[in-house]
Amino acid sequence: MGFTMTEKIYATHTKAGYAQAGEIVVLTPDVVLLNDTSGSITVEQLKKMGVQNLYDSEKVVLVADHFSPPKDVTSAQSIGLLRNFGKKFGIKNFYESGRYGIEHALLPELGKVGPGGLIFGADSHTCTAGALNACGVGFGSTDLAGVIATGELWVKVPAAIRIELVGKPGRFVTGKDVILSLIADIGVDGALNAALEFGGPGLANLNIDERMAIANMAVEAGADTCVFECDEQVLRYISQTGWKVRQAVEPDHDAVYLERRVINLERLEPLIAAPPSPANGVSVASVAGITVNQVYIGNCANGTITDLRQAAQILKGQSIAPEVRVIVVPATSAIYQQAAREGLLEIFAAAGAGVSLPTCGACFGGHMGILAAGEIAISTTNRNFKGRMGHADSKVYLANAWVAAAAAITGTITDPATIGAHLGREVS
Amino acid sequence: MQPQTTIHLFGDHIDTDVILPGKYLNLYTPEDLGPHCMEGLDPTFSTRVQVGDVIVAGKNFGTGSSREHAAIAIKSIGIACIVADSFARIFYRNAINIGLPVFECPELVAAVKNGDRVTVELAQGVFKVKGVHFQAKPFPPYVQGIIEAGGLVPFVRTQLLKN
Repeated sequence: MGFTMTEKIYATHTKAGYAQAGEIVVLTPDVVLLNDTSGSITVEQLKKMGVQNLYDSEKVVLVADHFSPPKDVTSAQSIGLLRNFGKKFGIKNFYESGRYGIEHALLPELGKVGPGGLIFGADSHTCTAGALNACGVGFGSTDLAGVIATGELWVKVPAAIRIELVGKPGRFVTGKDVILSLIADIGVDGALNAALEFGGPGLANLNIDERMAIANMAVEAGADTCVFECDEQVLRYISQTGWKVRQAVEPDHDAVYLERRVINLERLEPLIAAPPSPANGVSVASVAGITVNQVYIGNCANGTITDLRQAAQILKGQSIAPEVRVIVVPATSAIYQQAAREGLLEIFAAAGAGVSLPTCGACFGGHMGILAAGEIAISTTNRNFKGRMGHADSKVYLANAWVAAAAAITGTITDPATIGAHLGREVS
Repeated sequence: MQPQTTIHLFGDHIDTDVILPGKYLNLYTPEDLGPHCMEGLDPTFSTRVQVGDVIVAGKNFGTGSSREHAAIAIKSIGIACIVADSFARIFYRNAINIGLPVFECPELVAAVKNGDRVTVELAQGVFKVKGVHFQAKPFPPYVQGIIEAGGLVPFVRTQLLKN
């Protein structure tokens, strides 16, 4: 009987070198990730645990991203607390300025994520790491205090659901639509306590950024973690970042899966997840015409250079609709610089969109674009729960960057194909 | 004999954004978080809860964000425990780690109404509502060890002292 990719990655991070779905095992991760919201509690718990020395300060990465740059005095103090914690325990990996960004987009750039790796993060979207043939697993603050103190944490090894990707995506279909379609099919608990594993010939038609968009929302289906197969695109990516920690994994031909599903990319259309659930995926046509007050293009998986290029393609030479706030948030400083080199920032500014520093910002209702009662946003982010981006009576529609940018021009939810015949992905 | 307390009933897929909205994530002490508990669904919730009351909910309670702030807020206003059909993985771990008891007991969830009175035997996972006894599912052995230690902080502290 063979093993899934998840079982193989978990196995290489146990003392015994063995992990099978359903068993409780003790794991030692390659990277432990804290941010400025989860980190404060972790620091407090480490004090209470009486920790004098960390298990391995090289493995700890601290990223100020949620309320960064600080929105108020309290936020500045939280970031300061994280910075001082890093200094006290000799943690070199502290990112707030210079080379920085949203944690899940930043980690791969820094060479902290790659094939076979295991990343524990005090943030539910740590599963984004799956795009690079790694396992990212989200935890709370106290669990990560435990692993920072001892190097170990118990987990139940999840059984996996295999998603076989086939075909080529259409003009306006992106990774976002793949995951919105899957969650619409299986529900927000469709992968509860399971892992999602992606592979198949269709993978070659999705770049790393698009795979990150898929992996990022695995948790929105309830998944513990997510792993994509490794391919040439992944190897090329890590040749630039320097990941050498672990070896790539592939599933055994007789691996045991809970379920095997096929997604034909050719049959997908751009989807919009209507509030208040990421599982409410519907066609653009079914919600077209709804007035939006805000367009938000950013977050840990959809503030990539691919997303910014898609948005810029729509907004080039256009003007945004009156009374619509359009906020573009490059996920990292490297993406910001790349967008500047390509002239994308100029396109956004000329159209009337604002470009923010990298930050988690309004995605979680923190700052930089909060919604008032009754306001509606279309957003490339990952959650549209009640009140997610602001007032409890505001609404969020989730969509890919092409679809979100089209709404910026018209002020209503709009099919991007109606903006111009030349737009979208090149389809052969 | 334990005193009777009140059940606060919630539905399926209660996410941590409504339990503790994101704008408060720059806070982290129980005193600061408690007043905002369940604010996304019911801004008066924290003022109505009496110490010892019980939250009962459907499937996948605590889904979404990993924010431990949500579990801390619930514990800090005096909720004795949460009984649900099922929990989201991270929330379940967070609750156990900070010493907020969480029980899976679909039979109880199906039988009770909002405002029902309940008697709770935390150590045994036994509940009595309108004369009917309910027994929650037992914890996995590893989890039981953390509960018996009083949460992950004392569990790790003991482990570090041993080493």
